[in-house]
Amino acid sequence: MPLTLLKYGLRCSYPSRPFLPDEREAKSTYDVVVIGGGGHGLAIAYYLAQDHGIRDVAVIERGYLGGGNTARNTAIIRANYLTPEGVAFYRESMELWRDLSNVLDINLMYSERGHLTLAHTDAAIRTMRWRAEVNKHLGVESEFVGLDDLATLCPELNLSRSVRFPILAALYHPTGATARHDAVAWGYARAAANRGVHILQETEVTGIVREGGRVIAVETNRGRIGCGRAVQAVAGTSVQVGAMAGLRLPIQPYPLQACVSVPVKPVLDPIVVSGSLHVYIWQSQRGELVMGGATDPYPLHGTRATLDFKESLTMHILELFPFLAEARLMRQWAGVTDMTADFAPIMGLTPLANYFVDAGWGTWGFKATPVAGKRMAECIATGRQPDILKPFHLERFRDFRLLGEKGAASVGH
Amino acid sequence: MTQARLPPPYGRFIDRQAPRTFTFEGRQYSGFVGDTIASALVANGQWLMSRSFKYHRPRGPFTLTGDDANTLVQIGGEPNILADRYPVRDGLAVWGQHYFGSLVNDRLRGLERLSRFMPVGFYYRTFFRPRGAWRHWERVIRRSAGLGRFDPKAEPRRGRCDKAYLFADVAVIGAGVAGMSAALAAAEAGAEVILVERDPEVGGALNYRRLGADGGEGDRHRDALAEAVAAEPAIRVMTGTTCTGWFADHMLTMVRGDRFYKLRARRTVIATGVIGRPAVFRNNDLPGIIHGSAAQRLIHLYGVRPGREAVVATCNGDGYGVALDLIDAGCAVTVVEMGGDAISDPRRDRVRERGVPVRRADALVEAVERNNRIAGLQARDHSAFNLECDLLCVELGVTPAASLIAHGGGEVVYSNDRHAMLVKELPDGMHAAGAVLGPCPFDAARAEGDVVGAAAAGDDTWSPPRRENGCLNHPWPIFPHPKGKEFVDFDEDLTAADLQHTVADGFRTVELAKRFSTVGMGPSQGRLSAVNAVCLLADAAGAPLDGARVWTNRPPAEPETFAHLAGQSFQPVRLSPMQGRHLEAGAEMMVAGAWLRPAFYGRDRERAIREEVSAVRTGVGLIDVSTLGGIDVRGPDAAEFLNRIYTFAYKKQEVGRVRYVLMCDEMGVIIDDGVACRLEEEHFYVTTTTGNSDAVHRAMLRWNAEWKLDLDITNVTAAYCGVNIAGPRARAVLERVQADMDLGRDAFPYLGVRTGRIADIPARAFRVGFVGELGYEIHVSASAGEALWDILLEAGAEDGIRRFGVEAQRVLRLEKGHIIIGQDTDGTMTPQEAAMAWAIARRKPFFVGGRALDIHSRHPLSRTLVGFVLPEGGGESVAEGHLTLRDDAIIGHVTSVACSPTLGRFIGLAVVAADLDRPGARFVIKGAGGGRIEAQVAALPFYDSDNRRQEM
Repeated sequence: MPLTLLKYGLRCSYPSRPFLPDEREAKSTYDVVVIGGGGHGLAIAYYLAQDHGIRDVAVIERGYLGGGNTARNTAIIRANYLTPEGVAFYRESMELWRDLSNVLDINLMYSERGHLTLAHTDAAIRTMRWRAEVNKHLGVESEFVGLDDLATLCPELNLSRSVRFPILAALYHPTGATARHDAVAWGYARAAANRGVHILQETEVTGIVREGGRVIAVETNRGRIGCGRAVQAVAGTSVQVGAMAGLRLPIQPYPLQACVSVPVKPVLDPIVVSGSLHVYIWQSQRGELVMGGATDPYPLHGTRATLDFKESLTMHILELFPFLAEARLMRQWAGVTDMTADFAPIMGLTPLANYFVDAGWGTWGFKATPVAGKRMAECIATGRQPDILKPFHLERFRDFRLLGEKGAASVGH
Repeated sequence: MTQARLPPPYGRFIDRQAPRTFTFEGRQYSGFVGDTIASALVANGQWLMSRSFKYHRPRGPFTLTGDDANTLVQIGGEPNILADRYPVRDGLAVWGQHYFGSLVNDRLRGLERLSRFMPVGFYYRTFFRPRGAWRHWERVIRRSAGLGRFDPKAEPRRGRCDKAYLFADVAVIGAGVAGMSAALAAAEAGAEVILVERDPEVGGALNYRRLGADGGEGDRHRDALAEAVAAEPAIRVMTGTTCTGWFADHMLTMVRGDRFYKLRARRTVIATGVIGRPAVFRNNDLPGIIHGSAAQRLIHLYGVRPGREAVVATCNGDGYGVALDLIDAGCAVTVVEMGGDAISDPRRDRVRERGVPVRRADALVEAVERNNRIAGLQARDHSAFNLECDLLCVELGVTPAASLIAHGGGEVVYSNDRHAMLVKELPDGMHAAGAVLGPCPFDAARAEGDVVGAAAAGDDTWSPPRRENGCLNHPWPIFPHPKGKEFVDFDEDLTAADLQHTVADGFRTVELAKRFSTVGMGPSQGRLSAVNAVCLLADAAGAPLDGARVWTNRPPAEPETFAHLAGQSFQPVRLSPMQGRHLEAGAEMMVAGAWLRPAFYGRDRERAIREEVSAVRTGVGLIDVSTLGGIDVRGPDAAEFLNRIYTFAYKKQEVGRVRYVLMCDEMGVIIDDGVACRLEEEHFYVTTTTGNSDAVHRAMLRWNAEWKLDLDITNVTAAYCGVNIAGPRARAVLERVQADMDLGRDAFPYLGVRTGRIADIPARAFRVGFVGELGYEIHVSASAGEALWDILLEAGAEDGIRRFGVEAQRVLRLEKGHIIIGQDTDGTMTPQEAAMAWAIARRKPFFVGGRALDIHSRHPLSRTLVGFVLPEGGGESVAEGHLTLRDDAIIGHVTSVACSPTLGRFIGLAVVAADLDRPGARFVIKGAGGGRIEAQVAALPFYDSDNRRQEM
C-alpha cells in the first residue's frame, strides 16, 4: 500500500487540507484575468504563476471548474498529427504530460495505452503512411503497421475481410495515451491557487470593456473586474466572448457527442480509432468502454444527446468488435466544440494589445492542455507570440495560410 | 431445495404448470415461467447475487424492478444482466459477477477493512510516484474494477436485434392507475394511443401494493381498468417494454425482447410512478434489505415469501400495507415506526388489531450480517434495541421515476415540503400523471389520468396540481454511524462519509462532487442514490436543500445493449450496373467512397496492372467509370452558374464541347474536378470524382440558394453509368458498333461531346483523355450498362480489348501527369500549388474561392506539386506518403509513385518547395527505413508531351 494512503488512513480527522482550496474573495482588479476555468484557462494561470511569477491572476468560470469541454472530452492524448507544425506542438504537450502528475502532485492516470488509427481504404493507407513519416521525422513514435502487427497489437479487432469496410492497415502510435480529464482541471486549479491565483466559479463574463485598443476590465454577473491583460479560453463560446472584445473569430460551434458502457473487466488495451467508420473506443480504468465519433454534421449550440449518434456508433463498433453486441451503453453526453476551417487551434496575440485568445480547439483541445497553458502563459507574459505558436496565429485566416490537420483530426480528434 | 412459494392467487406473473430449471454459480435452481432470475433465486432462499464494486460486499436485490444494479449477473458471454428483469429459461447458466474466489467467499471482501486507507478519490492521491509507478497500479486497478466479462473470442450473435418504428398521437409510459386512466381518456378523446408498460402485465402498483386494510382492492381496480383498456381499440398496449429515452419532438426509444422501438408521438404522458428510496444506515446494503414494494412484488407477482422473520421500517401507511402482506404470507413481522407524527391509516389500525409488535424508533443504527445476509437490525428510540430478522423492508420514502421528464428538459428538484425530489416543471408537450408527481391515492390518480389523457389528446396544456400530501417520506432517512458503511450509492460503494469528505475536499457543487466521488456514475446512474446524495451534499456544504438539483440526466434511462442500438446494421454499398461482369471476369474489388470498383482483373496484381496498362497504350482497354458523379445543370443561367462554381470559364464554351472543371472551396482549396459537357445552350452535364457527387451536388444547391440563378440542378449519378474505351484502337472498336454519330477525328474531335445512340442505346459520348490515349467516354442509362459493356467487349475482341481497373488507370494518368483530387492534393492545396493555375479563368468577376486565391497570390508560393523521376534502383523503397526533404527539413511528400511500364522507370508526383519547380532540380526523398533517395524534377507529362495520342 502506498505511503500516502497510510497517512490518510491513520489521520484522526479528514482531510488535513482540502483537495481543492477554498475560493477567495474576489478583488476589484487583477494583472491578468483568464476567462474560462477549464483545463486550458487553469493551466494558463498556473504557468503564469509558476514560470513567470505573475500571481495576480484571476480565473473566471461561468459554471464549475472544468465543467465545459474538459469534463466532456474523452481524454485521448496523442501527437501523431499530420502537419509538422502540429506534430511539434503536440509533441511538446506529450513531453509535459509525462511528468505532469508529479508536477501537479495528483494522479492524472496518464496511461500510454497505444493508439491505433485504422485504415479501411487505400486513400487512408496513404495518409497513414504520410503521418507516420512526418511523425517519425519529428521524433514522435509512430509506425504504419500491417494486419499481422495489428493482430498482435489488438487481437480483439475483427480483421475479417467479409465486412463492409475491411481493415487494411493501421497507424500505430505507441505513446498515444489517456488521462483522467477532471483531475487535470483540479490539479492545475489547486497548483494555481496554491501560487496565489484566484479562481472565481459561477462568475460569468457579460462584457469586455475596451479603451483605446486595450482591454481594461471585464464585466461579470458579480460586477466589474479590472485587468491589466486578459485572455479567453472558453471552448464552445469562443465566438461570443471574442465578440465582446470586438474580435471576429472564424469558428463555428458543432456538438460532439460521446458515451460510455457499463463497466466490464479489462477487454481492450489500446485506443482504437477508425475514421472511415467514424468511431473511436478505449476502455477506462473503471472498465467503461469510452466511445465517440465525429462531430454532429451541423452547427449548433447545444449539448443534447441524439439517438442517431448512438445507433450509428454502436453499429460501427460492432463491425470492429462484434463480441461487444451485449455491451450496454450507459451514459451519453455532448459538448460544444469550436471548429476551425483547418482543424487547428487559434492561439496568441490579437489586434488588441493586451488581449489574447486560446480558442478554436475543436475536438482536440484536451491533449494540448499543458502546452497551450505553458505557451499561452509565455505569450501573455512576454507579449510576443512564441515560435511554436506562430503557425496558430489568428492572422492565418486573413492570409489564408491554413494548416492542414483535417485528415489527422476529424475523428481521431 | 424447498421453495418459499405461496399458493395462488399469489404469484400473478408465474405459471406454476411450467417449471424451469437453471443454474446459478453452478448450482441448480428451479423456477417457473414468468419468474425472473432474481425472483426464482429468492424463492430458493438465494439472496446473494453480486459483489459490490469497491469493497466486494455481498449484494442482493433492493427494488426488484431493475432500478438498482445489485442484481447484475453474467449469463454465458453476456455480462451485466439485471437478474430481476431477466426471465428464467431452462438451461440458463447464471453466474455472479465481480468476485475473486467464489461469490460466497470473495477473497477481496477483506478490502473493506482497509477502507479508511481508501478515502474517496484515493486514486488521485497516490500511485504515481515514482514516475512509471502508475503503469503497475493501473493494471491492478483495472483488474479489480469492471463488473462482468466479455470473451473477445466468443462467436458473436449477429443480427439478433431489429428495429421497428411506431407512431401515436399520445404515448403513455407506465400502465398503472394514472397511465391506464390517461390512455383511456386520450382514446376517448379520439387519439391513437400506445400504452407502454415495463412489467409483463398492466396494473403497475395495483398488481402488488396493498391499498387498503383488507387487500384485494388493487386487484379489483386493476381488473376494471385493464378490461376497459383491452376493450378500447384505439389503445395499443405494449407490456414487457422498457422506455429508455425521450428525444426531441417526442421520439421515444423502447426495448422489448430483441426489438428496439422508435416511437414518434405527438404528446407524451409520463406515468412511470416511483422508485423506492433506500435508507442510509450502517450495513444498509445487505442482501435481505429491500424496499417494501420489492417485498410486495415478491409476494404478489411471484408468489414468493421473502422471509420468515421480517422487520418493516416505515413512516407511512404503505409500510403497514407491506406488514399486512407479509403477515398474510406467513411471515413473523415487527414494525419499526419512524418519523414524527403517528400515522393515520386503516392499514396501521389493522396491523395493531392483529397484535403485530410495533416499535418506535428515531433512527436505524445498523443491520447485522450473517452468511452474506441480514440477520438482525439495531434501531434506536431512547435507547438502542435489537431485532432478529432475515428480512428488512424499508418503506421510508420514494423517488419519482422522472428520467424521461429530465430527458425532455423538465425540472426535478428537491422539495423540503415533500422530503423528496419533485417534478417542478414539465417540458412542452409532455404531461405527467400519478405518483411520479407525488403521493397519489387511487382516486386522485384515476382523476388525474382522466384529465391528463384528455389534455394530451387535445393538445391542451395542463399543469399538475400541487399535492399537499407530503408525509409519506421520512424527512431524513440518513443515519450516519461512527463506524461508517452507510451506503449512499450501492453501485459505487460510496458511504455518507465519502460524500461529506467530498465536500470537505472542496468539491462543493453537485456536478463537481459527482465527478470527484463518482456518485451516480454506476450502472444504475444514480436512480436510487441521487436523492440521498443531494441531501448529504447540501448538508455538508451548508447549502440550501430546497430546490437542489441533481446532475444532468440524459438518455438512456437505463442501459441499452449495443445489439439493440445497432439493429440490423445498415451499411449500404453502391454497385455499378456492371458489377456482376467484373466479378465474372475475376476483378479484385476495392472500396471507393460508397462504391466498390475493380482495382484490377486477375490474381497476380503486378502482372495484371502491367498488362492492363500495356493494353491501353498499345491496343484498347475498357474501364467502368460509373462511379463518377453526374450532375445535370439546366436553365438559362447554367453557364453563369458553372462560371461561379468552377474556376474555369464556361460562358463561351460551345455546344458539343467538353471543358475541364476544377472546384475550390471558399478558402481556395481544391475540392473536386471533372468535366462539363455542354449538351445544349442551356444544358450542361457535369461529372464529379467518385465519392464526391453528393457533396458537390449539395454545395451547388447551397450556393444557388444564395445566388438564385435560373436553373435546375439534378444529381443523375444513379441514373447513368459509364465506360471509357481508350487506346489507339478505340475508334476502330467503336466503329464496329452501330452508332448514329460520326466518330471520325474531325467530326468528333478531342474534347467534343455528342449525344445519340450507340448500339441502339441512347448515349452521351465525349472525348476526354485522363489516360492520355484516344478515348471515348460513353454514359448511358444505368439499365443499359451491362449490355453496353458486353457489346464493347465483343466488338473489341479482335483487337484484344482488355478490361482495366483503377490501379492501371492510376498508372496511366500518372504517366500523363494528371492529378487525382484527394491523393495528389491535400486539405489545403490551391490550384497554384497543384500547378494548375491554367485552370483558373482570371478575367471573370467571381468564382468560389477566387477571393482567397487572390490573397494567396500576394504571397510567394511556398510549395508546389511536381513530377519526378527516380534513379535506377531508387524506386523500390519509395512509397506514396514518403517525405520530401531539403536540409533534412520536411518540404512535402510523395503523392503518387509508380513504375511506369510504358517508360520503364519509376515516376511520380511530389510536393516540394516552390523554387524546385524546374525540370532537372533535385530533391531528397526519405524512403523506407529512412534511406535517402535523390529524385529529379521532370517536366509533365511524362508521356506524350505534345498530346498527339489523345487527340488522334
